[in-house]
Amino acid sequence: MNDMTPTSAERAEKLQGMGCKRKRVEDIRFVQGKGNYVDDIKLPGMLYGDFTRSPHAHARVKKIDTTKAAAVPGVVAVITAETLKTVNLAWMPTLAGDVQMVLADGKVLFQNQEVAFVIAEDRYTAADAAELVEVEYEGLPCNVDPLKAMSANAPVIREDIKDKKEGAHGPRKHPNHVFNWQAGDKAKADEAFAKADVTIKEMIVYPRVHPCPLETCQCVASFDKIKGELTLWGTFQAPHVIRTVGSLISKIPEHKIHVIAPDIGGGFGNKVGAYPGYICAIVASIVTGRPVKWVEDRIENLSTTAFARDFYMETEIAATKDGKVTGLRCYTVADHGAFDACANATKWPAGLFSIISGSYDFPAAHVSVDGVYTNKAPGGVAYRCSFRVTEAAYAIERAMDIMAQKLKMDPAEFRMKNLIRREQFPYTSAFGWVYDSGDYQTALNKAMETVGYKQLREEQKKCREAFKRGETRELMGIGLAFFTEIVGAGPSRNCDILGIAMFDSAEIRIHPTGTGICRLGTKSQGQGHETTYAQIIATELGLPADNIAVEEGNTDTAPYGLGTYGSRSTPVSGAATAMACRKIKAKAQMIAAYMLEVHDDDLEWDVDRFRVKGNPERFKTMTELAWAAYHEVPPGMEPGLEAINYYDPPNFTFPFGAYICVMDVDVDTGSSKVRRFYALDDCGTRINPMIIEGQIHGGLTEAFGIAMGQEIHYDEDGNVTTASLMDYFLPTAVETPKWETDWTTTPSPHHPIGAKGVGESPNVGGVPCFSNAVNDAFAFLGSTNIAMPHDNWRTWTAADKLGLHK
Amino acid sequence: MAKSQVSMTVNDKKVEGLVEPRMLLIHFLREQLHLTGPHIGCDTSHCGACTVDLDGKSVKSCTMFAVQVNGADIRTIEGMAAADGTLHALQEGFREMHGLQCGFCTPGMIVRAYRLLQENKDPTEDEIRFGISGNLCRCTGYQNIVKAIQYAAAKISGVPFQEAAE
Amino acid sequence: MIPGSFAYHRPSSVKEAVGLLGSLGDDARAIAGGHSLIPMMKLRLASPSHLVDLVGVADLKGIREDGKDILIGAMTTQHEVIASDLLTKKIPILSETATLIADPQVRYVGTIGGNVANGDPGNDMPAVMMCLNATYHAVGKSGERRIAAREFYQGAYFTALEPGEIVTAIRIPTPAAGHGYAYEKLKRKVGDYATAAAAVVLTASGGKVTSCSIGLTNVAETPLWAEEASKILTGSALDAATVKKAVAAAEAITSPASDSRGPAAYRTKMAGVMLTRALGRAKARAGF
Repeated sequence: MNDMTPTSAERAEKLQGMGCKRKRVEDIRFVQGKGNYVDDIKLPGMLYGDFTRSPHAHARVKKIDTTKAAAVPGVVAVITAETLKTVNLAWMPTLAGDVQMVLADGKVLFQNQEVAFVIAEDRYTAADAAELVEVEYEGLPCNVDPLKAMSANAPVIREDIKDKKEGAHGPRKHPNHVFNWQAGDKAKADEAFAKADVTIKEMIVYPRVHPCPLETCQCVASFDKIKGELTLWGTFQAPHVIRTVGSLISKIPEHKIHVIAPDIGGGFGNKVGAYPGYICAIVASIVTGRPVKWVEDRIENLSTTAFARDFYMETEIAATKDGKVTGLRCYTVADHGAFDACANATKWPAGLFSIISGSYDFPAAHVSVDGVYTNKAPGGVAYRCSFRVTEAAYAIERAMDIMAQKLKMDPAEFRMKNLIRREQFPYTSAFGWVYDSGDYQTALNKAMETVGYKQLREEQKKCREAFKRGETRELMGIGLAFFTEIVGAGPSRNCDILGIAMFDSAEIRIHPTGTGICRLGTKSQGQGHETTYAQIIATELGLPADNIAVEEGNTDTAPYGLGTYGSRSTPVSGAATAMACRKIKAKAQMIAAYMLEVHDDDLEWDVDRFRVKGNPERFKTMTELAWAAYHEVPPGMEPGLEAINYYDPPNFTFPFGAYICVMDVDVDTGSSKVRRFYALDDCGTRINPMIIEGQIHGGLTEAFGIAMGQEIHYDEDGNVTTASLMDYFLPTAVETPKWETDWTTTPSPHHPIGAKGVGESPNVGGVPCFSNAVNDAFAFLGSTNIAMPHDNWRTWTAADKLGLHK
Repeated sequence: MAKSQVSMTVNDKKVEGLVEPRMLLIHFLREQLHLTGPHIGCDTSHCGACTVDLDGKSVKSCTMFAVQVNGADIRTIEGMAAADGTLHALQEGFREMHGLQCGFCTPGMIVRAYRLLQENKDPTEDEIRFGISGNLCRCTGYQNIVKAIQYAAAKISGVPFQEAAE
Repeated sequence: MIPGSFAYHRPSSVKEAVGLLGSLGDDARAIAGGHSLIPMMKLRLASPSHLVDLVGVADLKGIREDGKDILIGAMTTQHEVIASDLLTKKIPILSETATLIADPQVRYVGTIGGNVANGDPGNDMPAVMMCLNATYHAVGKSGERRIAAREFYQGAYFTALEPGEIVTAIRIPTPAAGHGYAYEKLKRKVGDYATAAAAVVLTASGGKVTSCSIGLTNVAETPLWAEEASKILTGSALDAATVKKAVAAAEAITSPASDSRGPAAYRTKMAGVMLTRALGRAKARAGF
């Protein structure tokens, strides 16, 4: 080998494979304003749709008069439930096994519900006419309190199913009951509580919030009458699911539906579901024979499409007096709004909520969740989290603090004592989940050492003494969260959506010149898939990442996949990508053996080539093999170099992390300032550290918003009072804290590249960490649980109740 | 309603259009001029995704009528790169520092940062955060946007960029 | 969100503007920076048939000294207020307040005239103007008149302006050199209206307050001038007991709404906290 030959390490670096901070390929278009988002799409003859919406939360619709609206010049049609009934689309099935009105049919069940859809030549005319649709309502008593939903005198929300004793998830005990779902061993848990030295019980509320991506939900439907084909561009996190659901609903054969998700301006769960706007745009295009665009405005977005959380979790922990946990119980009331349009794997009405035992070795545990109907918007999406995981993490991390407080133990010490130990992995939880890998103590120790946890506690002690002496009006809170996620839905034995197993896919074609394309069933909404999938391929196949195009979002070209949410892209499609690469590599090895005239087994892989064992001068690079695959394959071998993999994961992955927050609370105004936030994440193998860090920054910022101010709030008349960015708290750069990130690496043993997924960890761990910090500030005064969001007035009120303003 | 003739300079080009008085500037740019870089994010002038540079000011084009800016000189994200395609230092900085994810806020953010750097060539981190507080980002948590703007400030001033210690 | 239709007018003089507003009647609205009106129009909470844009009226621009007063043209933007050397030197509370209004983009366009004239109790400048004892020059079909800021606000979005009348300038008596001042605003985030805010301008001599004026933002249907609290403090050394008494007097005149910024009782208390803090900073700035 002469000096000019690059070493393996040099060649590896040039590939920009896994572990490298590769700059994002998608940025080239985004920084020039050349992204292609749905509202950028313009088609000849395109019409615009706009909704007339209900001002009432609960009312009978006595009459809808569209005469004036239809008479506005430029209005092409006005659609109501009566129109939709002619095509049997007044109602649509939801992902959760319920049905949902597309347009108000007889009554409205939440404020801003869709009542009529106006289609016009331009969006201005559509808006004018939507205002002119005359609707006569008769008000009905409404209920927006889930804890009252199953009381005897609660107004019946869903008259269409009021006598149905059986829902999609089993028996219903009240007309407003959606389901009861349980997991764990109740008898065993009850026994643990009966025998416990110490128990705590707290109602922990995770309020209704909304993912609020900067781009709202939108679509363009274009029905070609001659071909009988529908093309639907839209903000879809799961384009194939939309195609299948669209076909089942519309009866258009699935091969005649082309779903395209172009660039998406953030999703965070908001863009998983199917919304009335999509159905109406499709119907409008079929009716008018012209393309129809529907674009939500921000108020519509916040008040109608996809809320998250709204979980009321009565959480109990049992422990020995020396601080070992012995049991966990949680009874939850889940507010599903007017229709159960929750985006979960179909068999899991409360998602993966039974991850609630978290990172701790609970010998016994039981959860029970009752879903209820209220006069609020439907949804229940996983806002930057795997299905209901953030709710679970919040409940357990809050409850662990409360128990530590009761035991008079430091919350870190209490956690350390109960964390699942490294040697226990794979660990089977009391709920039956098999945690794939973890090294929790190492992570927590590293976090505590990095922030100087002991010194912080000493400083806090001094601060509290100074507060008691009246020398300061600030309290210092130290928040800790140790979370375990369950992501990568999911194994087909556990997970399906409407019967479709939650596998995902990758199809890779290597072209003769050694470049290639990879198409996947997932869909980036900002996660940088075009960059990271290519890095997996670069490492697996030894081809430069720059030579691999990554394409998602077109159901005609991409293999079937279940889409991007629940941190599933890397765990599932990332695995599919690696597996498809390995098929290609196996074929390439055979070609190499043929060309080098050796046996397959005499070859070894070296970064970007197969070389003859013991004779590294004899090799064939993957680029050479790609060329060969198209012109000199071994006899009997098919030409070409491509592979497809549908990956059904053997298990979920279980990312984890240790977060610490230092918060200063101004007792006189209730405002809180994050002084420091440290996040240690373990997401297994790290594909692109730059992108991981970006994901964590973003997730922490969303968590900060949720913990400190976000709430979709309804007044008692059912009016949503926080449906614009004036009142729905999205932090600006000024409020947002600075983030410190760190990591450990514990690969997933069952994943082909050991990766676990990361996008949602910071939201799952961040929310309890901020909340624990605020709560910790007041804990020494005997306060156990101050409810989120921790905005100024709520914190001030908590301080006031503790007598701090006297 | 009678339409009005408007003319303005957009990205160094004279443009004209016939608009209803109520036509929002963002719609004029996006739909008549096909400049789809500026986006609509909130409709209520909170998010800044629609930000364009207008006569030396950063403005939210969703809260302005096209007729109001008749005769104005406007720059959008599409007019940031040099004529030969060389990216502006900010565009480069956003990519280098991973200052964007979904890209939806990016055009407004870059155009706003452009004016900020025109007014303050060497802003502190706090000045940057305050200076971009009219632009919301849901993906990045701002930290890398701040770095991207620092990168551009350094590049424009011809000094080496030093990442602030974490 | 799409506004309703209207006809657009762009007068080039005050006379022309007032003439248009007079002849077009109730369906016409004057528009300055538009950042209050246009969102209302997009929400269809306002649907004027005519918009009279004041942006082309050169007479409404400019900041200058006029004897013992400073005159600020109504179309002066918040950005220009912040950038004005004269204001920063003579009435620094104005730039301190302006930087707490909305966000950079809005400040480039939003005007001081619009802020004081539209009657939104959430606007920050009105309480500051009451605190400074400013006078608004208003011009209508019957000519010009001057209205004291302290007499101007009558209810939410309801002011002493007659139909067709516009505010053309704000006249502020230049505070004494070396005066203490502060605008304290509690808000949830950049761009938010105040949960409560307090403006203080005071002068001191020999360790005693010689004059004091207090304005309160967003804790009633109108901005408030806390006259009683101002009187209590005048002559005092701003000792804790007197401050407490003044704060109680200020809190007593508030009647805030309960909204997502907090319940009324909390917002009243926050008016007090903001006042206490503003007094502290004003005191330090006045050098005692």
